[in-house]
Amino acid sequence: MSTTTVPEPHVLAVDDSIVDRAVISRLLRSSKYRVTTVDSGKRALEILSLDRNVHMIITDYCMPEMTGFDLLKRVKESAELKEIPVVLMSSENSPTRIRRCLEEGAEDFLIKPVRPSDVSRLCSRVMK
Amino acid sequence: MEYSNLRRQIVFMKKNLFDQGYLDEQFNQLEDLEDESSPNFLEEVVALFFKDSSRLLTNIEQATDKYPQDFYKLDSLVQQLKGSGSSIGALRMKNECSVFKANCNDRNLEGCRRSLQKIKREHATLKQKLESYFQLLRQVGPRDYAVSSRK
Repeated sequence: MSTTTVPEPHVLAVDDSIVDRAVISRLLRSSKYRVTTVDSGKRALEILSLDRNVHMIITDYCMPEMTGFDLLKRVKESAELKEIPVVLMSSENSPTRIRRCLEEGAEDFLIKPVRPSDVSRLCSRVMK
Repeated sequence: MEYSNLRRQIVFMKKNLFDQGYLDEQFNQLEDLEDESSPNFLEEVVALFFKDSSRLLTNIEQATDKYPQDFYKLDSLVQQLKGSGSSIGALRMKNECSVFKANCNDRNLEGCRRSLQKIKREHATLKQKLESYFQLLRQVGPRDYAVSSRK
């Protein structure tokens, strides 16, 4: 009898902080996701142009040059990418910022530091 | 006997770090992410933090000494430090960064300089304490301590 291995869902994590990349990567891997981490929105778009097998993007809001909000807009404006759920993270709990991101199509907005319960809740909802 | 003493020391040391406000619950959350595939995750991410934060502190100091001051840039640098400190549960550092940001907001350069000195002291103290903590943990071995050391 043959068994089919279901591939792990692939999450692209974007954060300019090396510490936060390590933390979010570990959080996602402990929830059995395959994770690619990059340090900028620009790098994220490069990865997305090469690999369409991305099931979710989780990105920091405050990044130099291209913010997480800019990345969200670019993804949602792209015919090829717009179906990929995008989650924003920030250490600033700004209702204006959160509302702006959700209106632009973000699936969720997490306040840092991100906890395992945030990732579990998020992944079970977003990755169905 | 020696092993039990080490475990007690670890529990006591960790409790002190929390009681004295150096660490918050995020530290425990990271420790709970350790498993067979990543048995030293906490120590690794803490090491990453101290390497990265040393760089940030140098940049902040340089930005503080620059004239004219760019409070926007200063705030941005301290926000990065605050964020990564928060990610490892470095509570006192996070709080001092908030004070620094408030001084930036008030365009209070002297306040920024005082805050920076406090942040540097907290950084050095936390580094020393966590180095001692992880040194003890290495003597005990992987993960045996986790259950009994939770606050």
